[in-house]
Amino acid sequence: MKRKEEKKLGAFSYFYAGAIYLFLYLPIFMVVGYSFNTNDNNLVFKGFTLHWYGAMFQDRSLMSSLLLTLELALVSTIISVVLGTLAAIGMHRYDFRLKKTLDNMLYVPIVIPELVIGIASLATFTTLNITLSFWTLVIAHVTFCVPFVIITLRARIAGFDKSIEEAAMDLGANQFRTLRRVTIPMLMPGIISGALLSITLSLDDVIISYFVTGAGDTTLPIKVYGMARGKISTEVYALFTLMIIVTVLIYLLSAAVRSAAAKRQR
Amino acid sequence: MIKTDSKPIVRLSGVTKDFGKSEVLKSIDLDVYEGEFLTLLGPSGCGKTTTLRIIAGFETPSQGCVYLEQADVTDLAPYKRNVNTVFQSYALFPHMNVFDNVAFGLVEKKVPKPEIRERVEKMLDLVQLKNFGRRKPHQMSGGQRQRVAIARALVNNPKVLLLDEPLGALDLKLRKQMQMELKHLQKQLGITFIYVTHDQEEALTMSDRIAVMNNGIIEQIGTAREIYERPKTKFVASFIGESNIIEASVTGIDGDLIELTAENGVVHAKGTGFVQDEMIYISIRPENTMYSFEPVEHFRLRGIVKEHVYVGSIVKTVVALPNGQRLRLNQHPHSDLPEVGSAVTVYWNMDKAVIMHTAEDTLYDLIEDALLNRPDLAVQKGRGNT
Repeated sequence: MKRKEEKKLGAFSYFYAGAIYLFLYLPIFMVVGYSFNTNDNNLVFKGFTLHWYGAMFQDRSLMSSLLLTLELALVSTIISVVLGTLAAIGMHRYDFRLKKTLDNMLYVPIVIPELVIGIASLATFTTLNITLSFWTLVIAHVTFCVPFVIITLRARIAGFDKSIEEAAMDLGANQFRTLRRVTIPMLMPGIISGALLSITLSLDDVIISYFVTGAGDTTLPIKVYGMARGKISTEVYALFTLMIIVTVLIYLLSAAVRSAAAKRQR
Repeated sequence: MIKTDSKPIVRLSGVTKDFGKSEVLKSIDLDVYEGEFLTLLGPSGCGKTTTLRIIAGFETPSQGCVYLEQADVTDLAPYKRNVNTVFQSYALFPHMNVFDNVAFGLVEKKVPKPEIRERVEKMLDLVQLKNFGRRKPHQMSGGQRQRVAIARALVNNPKVLLLDEPLGALDLKLRKQMQMELKHLQKQLGITFIYVTHDQEEALTMSDRIAVMNNGIIEQIGTAREIYERPKTKFVASFIGESNIIEASVTGIDGDLIELTAENGVVHAKGTGFVQDEMIYISIRPENTMYSFEPVEHFRLRGIVKEHVYVGSIVKTVVALPNGQRLRLNQHPHSDLPEVGSAVTVYWNMDKAVIMHTAEDTLYDLIEDALLNRPDLAVQKGRGNT
């Protein structure tokens, strides 16, 4: 069948769409632009330089914050993905009392204001006499990442043909082998999406981290937020430019994974 | 031939299954013999798939036992049973290619790699998918996926192959072709097949024996011919092929010749094991039902010819009885057809008619007992208005 003829866009529509995209992308391009500016007062673009990229890697405190942020994102994502995958499989496979309630409760950490989670986490750690450290950051990040992983996976599992797992058992695979050879590989696209989501959430979290971060552990977002009050050093723009590139690459990767999965489902 | 005197390879004994309140299987007894092609046939919801799943081990019976080769496997996990299943949805592993799908069971059994390669390739050859090993399931047609599913199960040399409506998703032509191929494969390999379908024609074509199921019980089990020619219950007679079913009561027994009084007249049929005044059903296939303008001995069933429907190989004639019941008669297309509207006597070859007990019999006795205690109400206490 031929596709319906699409309506032609008018001049106003072009202008309107253009304005929206400009509004969305201009700040990003400005950051990229500043990162190559020889003038460290960002109001005027004087000339092109890669100086700030070099300086960025020299800046110890910036690098240690970046490293901490990446470590935090990695550790909390691994924990979230493992917990989330097991939870999603369990909630798919077994029926138990309060399953529905538990299901709905998954959304609470998503809709609740981050400020509340931050304060609540801090209060909890203080009450339990847990010293704030890297690990309290991990716990807090896992708390808000896990629901996203579970929900991403639940959506994927819901479309599963139950007899595929039965087929594996029928062919001699016990529960563990079935999980390893059939269930997990089939969930892989969902696991990857969940992991990417979790990394993204963890990388740019300011509010919750602000409350539960230990002395000396300053994550990159908190550090930059602190700088914003004074003057943001141009190295930071260089760092952000790199982060934008990495993020776009990750996005393209996840889109590729999704389209490959969609192809396989057909 | 199937040796039904040998020990059964699969035995279900008093198997009951309830899911919460609803009882899906009501004490099923079933013996399946080595090398047999047995079909579980019945309408949806009759319990046939549940029966299959109990044999495979995906469901545990609420009561009763399952035996495989005389060993009690009632509580044995599916991966420890020497049976394999072909699923209705094929259930191929979407992330594996065809070769890995077929090799799955052998890998789990830790068969050496060279042997796996050899057996998988031989099996793919057998199902005519020789060069398809590297394809993914989504790159194949429904018929090809079906073959992969069959190969994946058969490569393990199971004692019994369970097939759950495996051809349901295929179009008619492909289904017919696969029916023949499956039957051929089964004979060639000598593996016991237990096959679930709701398609009676499929069951008649392929099976050595058919178990007709309805409402969680096996109504009758026998060869296609037995089921078709000697149905034991009204359900079997009406579910398999076409049947004229007439309700009547036994009003005379002379050896195996039984006089039956129906609402529209007295008829005769042959049978044993019936008692005077018993309510019964008579079942006659349309091809054994005939008409005559002349009186016929033993038959006083009169009706009016309503219509003729030409369907190629036969003409289907409909005769209406005075109470409105319509009987179907199949005739040779070249025979002289009676005019529509003419009155005829309906009769049949007495050897081909089947008399069946009714389930309502006990109920009838109850009503009768009640009426006997109340003679004032018992005025119309005849069976049928003869």
